[in-house]
Amino acid sequence: MIIDHPLLGPRDAQEFTYLGDARLIERPDWQAADAAEQFYDYLYQRDNPAGEHRELWFHEQGDRSWLVVTRNTLTHEITKVEMARDVARAKGRSK
Amino acid sequence: MHSLASITPLGHAEPRVVTLGSVRIAEVADRALASVTCRFGREKPFRAAARTLFGTALPEPGKSVAGPVYSLFWTGPDQWFAEAPEASHEDIARIIKEGLGDNASVTEQSGGWARFDLSGAGVVDMLERLAPAPSRRMQTGDATRTAIEHLGCFLICRTAGERFSVIGPRSSAASLHHALCAAAASVA
Amino acid sequence: MSQINRLSGGLIDRTQTLDFRFDGKSYQGHPGDTLASALLANGVRLMGRSFKYHRPRGPISSGSEEPNAIVELRTGARQEPNTRATTAELFEGLEAKSQNRWPSLAFDAMGINDRLSPFFAAGFYYKTFMWPKAFWEKLYEPLIRRAAGLGSLSKEADPDIYDKGFLHCDLLIIGAGPAGLAAALTAGRAGADVILADEDFLMGGRLNAETFALGDDGGAQWAAATVAELASLPNVRLMPRTTVLGAFDHGIYGALERNADHIALPAAGKPRQTLWRIYTRRSLLCAGATERPIAFDNNDRPGIMLAGAMRAYANRWAATPDRKVAIFTNNDDGHRTAIDLIAGGVSVAAVIDTRPDAPRLADCELLAGAHVVDSKGRLGLRFVTVRLTDGSSRPMEVGALGVSGGWNPNVHLTCHHRGRPAWDGALAAFVPGAELPRGMSVAGAAKGAFSTAAALASGAAGAVAALADLGVKARAVKLPEAEDVPVNLTPFWYVKGASRAWIDPQNDVTVKDVKLAHQEGYRSVEHLKRYTTLGMATDQGKTANIGGLAVMAEMTGKSIPETGTTIYRPPYSPVPIAAFAGRSAGKDFRPTRLTPSHKWAAEQGAVFVEVGMWLRAQWFPRPGETHWRQSVDREVLATRKSVGICDVTTLGKIDVQGTDAAEFLNRVYVNAFAKLAVGKVRYGLMLREDGMATDDGTPARLADDHFVMTTTTANAVSVYRHLEFCRQCLWPDMDVQLISTTEAWAQYSVAGPNARKLLQKIVDAEHDISNEAFPYMACGEVTVCGGLRARLFRISFSGELAYEIAVPTRYGDGLIRALVEAGQEFDAVVYGTEALGVMRIEKGHAAGNELNGTTTALNLGMGKMVSKKKDCIGNTLSEREGLNRDDALNLVGFRPVHRNEVFAAGSHLINTGDEANAANDQGYLTSVAFSPNLGHTIGLGFLKNGAARLGEVMRAVNPVQDAEISVEVVSPHFIDPEGERLRA
Repeated sequence: MIIDHPLLGPRDAQEFTYLGDARLIERPDWQAADAAEQFYDYLYQRDNPAGEHRELWFHEQGDRSWLVVTRNTLTHEITKVEMARDVARAKGRSK
Repeated sequence: MHSLASITPLGHAEPRVVTLGSVRIAEVADRALASVTCRFGREKPFRAAARTLFGTALPEPGKSVAGPVYSLFWTGPDQWFAEAPEASHEDIARIIKEGLGDNASVTEQSGGWARFDLSGAGVVDMLERLAPAPSRRMQTGDATRTAIEHLGCFLICRTAGERFSVIGPRSSAASLHHALCAAAASVA
Repeated sequence: MSQINRLSGGLIDRTQTLDFRFDGKSYQGHPGDTLASALLANGVRLMGRSFKYHRPRGPISSGSEEPNAIVELRTGARQEPNTRATTAELFEGLEAKSQNRWPSLAFDAMGINDRLSPFFAAGFYYKTFMWPKAFWEKLYEPLIRRAAGLGSLSKEADPDIYDKGFLHCDLLIIGAGPAGLAAALTAGRAGADVILADEDFLMGGRLNAETFALGDDGGAQWAAATVAELASLPNVRLMPRTTVLGAFDHGIYGALERNADHIALPAAGKPRQTLWRIYTRRSLLCAGATERPIAFDNNDRPGIMLAGAMRAYANRWAATPDRKVAIFTNNDDGHRTAIDLIAGGVSVAAVIDTRPDAPRLADCELLAGAHVVDSKGRLGLRFVTVRLTDGSSRPMEVGALGVSGGWNPNVHLTCHHRGRPAWDGALAAFVPGAELPRGMSVAGAAKGAFSTAAALASGAAGAVAALADLGVKARAVKLPEAEDVPVNLTPFWYVKGASRAWIDPQNDVTVKDVKLAHQEGYRSVEHLKRYTTLGMATDQGKTANIGGLAVMAEMTGKSIPETGTTIYRPPYSPVPIAAFAGRSAGKDFRPTRLTPSHKWAAEQGAVFVEVGMWLRAQWFPRPGETHWRQSVDREVLATRKSVGICDVTTLGKIDVQGTDAAEFLNRVYVNAFAKLAVGKVRYGLMLREDGMATDDGTPARLADDHFVMTTTTANAVSVYRHLEFCRQCLWPDMDVQLISTTEAWAQYSVAGPNARKLLQKIVDAEHDISNEAFPYMACGEVTVCGGLRARLFRISFSGELAYEIAVPTRYGDGLIRALVEAGQEFDAVVYGTEALGVMRIEKGHAAGNELNGTTTALNLGMGKMVSKKKDCIGNTLSEREGLNRDDALNLVGFRPVHRNEVFAAGSHLINTGDEANAANDQGYLTSVAFSPNLGHTIGLGFLKNGAARLGEVMRAVNPVQDAEISVEVVSPHFIDPEGERLRA
């Protein structure tokens, strides 16, 4: 597969390591009243769609960027590649 | 002056130079290296200070640039590696940190890497047997990280089609050198 | 006997003669020959025995689709089984052997299988060798293996080199026949980066096998001229002898280049084959077409071959399987063979055409509406029996028969992304379907454009379209005039009433077997394939699959497209495993990482151990030491008595900088780092988000905004990746920067009561490293040996007074020598990883065996370290009830009740009196060593509620070694439990 890196252009997927669902960006608030339940869902409850999936890839043999790759799990078609840091900020994550 | 002798990445007193067919593979051991990272929210002053210190603008992603003393290549978002002669910049990280101050995080990398300069007519044929990076299409100044025999290496195009530097992890210098020599023999 | 069946003409170089041997007999051929063409020219039709029935076989094709002429090439370590004689290029001294026969090709004892064929029908093995089950391993399998083998391995290491490589282009053209050449010329002249790959050693495809003209030239001349022009274009890479074996995702293609298969030995240092990964923006499949046979009884005798192959042998290789031949066809193309062979001086007895209205195209007898129904000849064809329209039979004495059932476009690569081919009724063949791998298009015979003119035009148009897609304007090149004869064919698959009529000759599948599969209910194509093994041999049924489908279609009363087609998967033709391995073989399987003291350690005769990719000194034997324990015990005792030195560079080191660096560490370790003073080190424990311990280390604060943290050797890469995830994905606005510095510093541990005295000889005098100035857990920058900058950390893994000293890596070799020299007066030792392990077990420090992915901070005895006052990775889920039960495992120590007894890591703990079973399991031992200081075996392990059970006696049960040892539960700190030595 080829991942079209936002900064570096097309790169062989062999250069990347895969983590999983991009929802891992949405780490819950540890001080929430139901933090335990939220963390449980965050860590263990994942969709496994046959179709479009947003997932985290790490450019380990490259620039060490985490990317959010939107990939069709049936066809491997990749429709979008974003810097995970930008996605995290767009979701309101800061420090 | 301290009393400890240094050895090259390949473990000798002097750098090794090998010529196989048209390709020359030269170990380079006289360059100091440091990583330079822009601190969060300091982009503007960082770039200004960097331009002053390095005498050149920082290279864009996938690029390298040579200034009067330092040469620089992009290694990641907000991060560059700076090379300078070891003779004058043995303590390169301290020198750069003094120049950039709190705008940058600077880390010494001189000992972390082994550099091999490749030149000759067969150099692209050789690189095609080593790395997925499109070495034949790389322009002078292009710099990319790529995998060579499972090792994460920087590949810098010094002159398109003719001269490249491979900078790989120092502990694996012997394995990397062996891979380079094997590929060069393959196309010799 | 010399080349009795060599004709005149052809594309062979008659100025040179090559000697070669087949089954020990010498023959001669010429450059340009294949093994098959040279053998045919020498009058040899018999080249192998079939897989199951051991029937005599000769080549049926002239290319990579060959199912029959499968031989062993070369000798000794280079012996290679299952090679197609039809693609093996002849070279001086080539040694080839037929396979699958004993004692000889002409008399094969296993030929008895053929007589027993009624018992060996499809499904025979499944039905017969099922039971009794016990017979399988001892009787059936060895029997079948001896009877069935396809060639044999040399059983020696492959002495050759295999390369891998990576190529990039705009347009990959697969196949260099008329379509591929026209496409390459079009794209090449337009300036695009083009790769033209062809499995053949001579580019041109069928142009080299036919006699018709292209413009003023012959086809072969036009091909040669075109290849010459392409070779002159710098933007075109010609890759003959290269099979594109698969279409992978996003424009990645695999290709195998045979660099040295056509010569006796690769040159020194040169690869035999290269496996290329080709990245292309567009691809044009010009893979041509494969002729298919018509099945009739005993259609597998040597001499019976595809008509197009017979023509190719005559035209390109000037060889014929016999001087008297006949043709059996259902289409006009078959007649071409008769025309060309007659022109070459071969006698053609008749063209037998299944079509009653067949045209008479060749200057020989035409038997329209007739069929070849049987053949005779023990080791090669002697007679065919022809059934004429009136039902009468006519024997015909011929030594070869050319058969044509029409042509199948080579759609294989179009299906590699699960696209299915579509049925073309006019061609009676599958053509590429609508769903192609993205970026691929098809031209020429591969998409059913069978005439030369159509192939040329579609190749040129295909290139123009592919480049237009990329925004490159190309003009179709001027193409030569060429034949444009339409396909004229009436489908005919097998002669009615035939039973021992071969469909898949390599796997010995007959018409009868397909009918049996149908009768037994295996009617889906996938079931048919698995039940009969149709198409599962090394040729993957290139000439066979469609025939099997046709028989099944007839049985089920469905059409062929309704019956379906099997899925084509990579590789297109077999690829040696060695090519996939490439250079990653033997010692080069993966890179080796050497420590800064490696050179010195090797000089000392150290024994090394692989730790991940690192090579670390395991122990340093001294003269007279014959057992590793002697060396290790000595190293441990000497360190605890005086001082020992150990290379600890392999521990991961990560530079953490930025104004939020302290807060960042606070979030990734369970314990607090925000208030750690500059110049101090603190142990840190890292959890996964699920609450399990994953790594530990010793972050040192060099400045307010600067830490150096360490990881375990094994986890250096994964911890770095995790930290980058935290930094980029969880807290993107933190001012923190990370970079690995593992290799930038050579780091040595100096441990033992005399550690300080030794280091005071190394560290420059202006740096005070006394206990007061530089206490336990201090760190700082110093200079050594007269001014070299270094980092000093007062940390201890051994439990002794200890330091770790780091210098820039290039001075690591110098420093180990300086330390050893300075240590002489203290009888200092250098110790390896074994002694390191013994001392950490004596001290009760957890390591990889304890941080094994299933243990929590509580289990490790560090439950109190987990801060409840801050957010950190893993602390929320570490509070789960199940992880905090009263009987949770605790890390404790163990010693044998009878001190001379020895127990093993991995043993499980069972209470005295309980039966040793899983229900009674109390925990397990993780790390065990012999302690030379205590004089007996010691262990660390996890025990239920262990912290409260010190002093209990239980059993360490090791069912694997059938051992049971009484052990006593003790504190994990066997040495210096109060930590006085650390602080001395």
